[in-house]
Amino acid sequence: MLNETSAEPREQTAGLNAGGMHYRQLNATLRDMVAGGAQRIEIKDVCGQRYIGTNLCAPLAIDLHGTPGNDLGAFMSGPRITVYGNAQDGCGNTMDDGRIVIHGHAGDVTGLSARGGKIFIRDDAGYRAGIHMKEYGARRPVVVIGGTAQDFLGEYMAGGVILLLGVTLEGSRAHDCDFVGTGMHGGAIYLRGTIDHARLGREVGVSDPDENDMLLIRSLVAEYAALFGRDEAELLQGGFVKLYPRWLRPYGNVYAY
Amino acid sequence: MKDLGHVNNPWGDDKVIDACSIFGMMDVSGKTFSGRDIITAIGSMHDRGNGLGGGFAVYGLYPEYADLYAFHVMYLSVSGKTEIESYLNSRFRVVLSEEVPTRRVRAIENPPKVWRYFLEVDRRLCDDDVEEEKYVVDHVMEINASFSDGFVFSSGKNMAVFKGVGYPEDIGEFFCLDSYEGYLWTAHGRFPTNTPGWWGGAHPFNILDWTVVHNGEISSYGINRRYLEQYGYRCTMQTDTEVVAYAMDLLLRRHGLPVEMAARVLAAPLWSRLEHLPAPERELYTSLRQIYGSLLMNGPFTVIVAHQGEMIGLTDRIRLRPLTVGTSGTRLYLSSEESAIRLICPDLENAWIPAGGRPIVGRLGDALPARRSGRSSLSKGENFPLHAQVQGG
Repeated sequence: MLNETSAEPREQTAGLNAGGMHYRQLNATLRDMVAGGAQRIEIKDVCGQRYIGTNLCAPLAIDLHGTPGNDLGAFMSGPRITVYGNAQDGCGNTMDDGRIVIHGHAGDVTGLSARGGKIFIRDDAGYRAGIHMKEYGARRPVVVIGGTAQDFLGEYMAGGVILLLGVTLEGSRAHDCDFVGTGMHGGAIYLRGTIDHARLGREVGVSDPDENDMLLIRSLVAEYAALFGRDEAELLQGGFVKLYPRWLRPYGNVYAY
Repeated sequence: MKDLGHVNNPWGDDKVIDACSIFGMMDVSGKTFSGRDIITAIGSMHDRGNGLGGGFAVYGLYPEYADLYAFHVMYLSVSGKTEIESYLNSRFRVVLSEEVPTRRVRAIENPPKVWRYFLEVDRRLCDDDVEEEKYVVDHVMEINASFSDGFVFSSGKNMAVFKGVGYPEDIGEFFCLDSYEGYLWTAHGRFPTNTPGWWGGAHPFNILDWTVVHNGEISSYGINRRYLEQYGYRCTMQTDTEVVAYAMDLLLRRHGLPVEMAARVLAAPLWSRLEHLPAPERELYTSLRQIYGSLLMNGPFTVIVAHQGEMIGLTDRIRLRPLTVGTSGTRLYLSSEESAIRLICPDLENAWIPAGGRPIVGRLGDALPARRSGRSSLSKGENFPLHAQVQGG
């Protein structure tokens, strides 16, 4: 990723100060800048503006300084957003493609209904991360959470990948979240550390990751470590647990006669 | 009211994103500050509300009358004022009465007349503080249930509620809140869901010095209300949030529960979690559910409850509404969105998202709450005095 950015010509980097700007104005300005050929946009003084990057379908880089508002990158398809701060709720809502990197924590429902792209969170995520993510063919959304998550992680998850690295956990390295994978019927959740099985949804099975799982985990850990300057080898130490849906159609009979 | 039928706009942005906004800030050292910053903070979440309600609670603003009940009354007619003033004069000693200063603000239409009264209760009528408070509560309930053209919306000592129909930043300007100083402020921007947007229905809701601002819906309103009516509370504000104010008054003031336990009544731990707890905790929470089952608040909520010396943030147990906590120096911030905190406190030291159903408490003179490593809705490490309280409750 570093090579990509350094290859971009400097004159295509544009700056914007979002201080006091309404979200509609900010997103309209962004769309104009993208239409004008901007490939890298740096936005300062972001404070609560919603939907930043929404529906942008170009492979540009957007650097945000401050605290972006809810639904950051909603529906976006292609941009690489980096947040130097925390994200609020709904980050990556129904994201289609691209990447969101959060140098901090994220709020609730991170990556909800995502259908592609990647979200990397340096620290923790709030409730219902990865709710209703889905995948089709090669389109497989990924949420990597450096720390841990709050309850209902992967709720109604229908596809995609969630990886928790537990770097913010202390002592026992047990993830302290309830109702993990409730209603899960697709995709996979990988945890570095442990979780009390009583805290998993009844649809969730537990296993050790197989060799294919470990290939995926290693590549995501490498990406996380590079993004946030962490020690890749250290992050791979300690066991990983795989959570998977025991049934692909858990409610198949509910509406059947 | 916003015309929700007309959804097309030049921005191609059809989504109605309304959801109430709440904000609270407290200096636990007791240092007072004006309403300027909280107006800015709640105003930055303008898009969460729709202009049908905004309000503020302030603590520590009337130090010169700290021992008197500061009744704030809205009047819808001149006769309403005559009747209620006559009622107050016959039941209290009115030390001072004055119109609450307001500014003309274009966005605020047809405001009622707002007056405040500093009242003393004749101690020959009540033996102690408990009786005096009951006397005050009973008369607030009587006024609000009996008079059609006026109501008491703030009745505590050395605190006040200011609220009305409008966006919170306009209500703040209307009531000149930049000219008051308090050590604890809460604020609300309203998006009414099930009930009318009227001046009495704006948040905060209050009784004595308890106030509540709320984002969400109390779907258990009916059962909560019936239970509270048995204790003399009368719900007259046509809004679900009202029951939270009375429930806190009942649990914390009258029944003497600690805040942490009252939080377990409103946001009771799920039965499925109780099974996994050690026996003393399981028995305590089971007892609480048995005794106070009718005060369980169902539905999504985040509330900021305040009273003299204390500010409490609490969400429902599965956190269906947002809350971010911030701390800096001696300041505690609670907000629907982190960005609103950072707007008025750019050098914020800590920000975190608390677990559902767990109260975040700021107390005058105490250390600020710290982020806990346990994050579940029922953390194992939590401890508060279990045993003495069970009998007391």
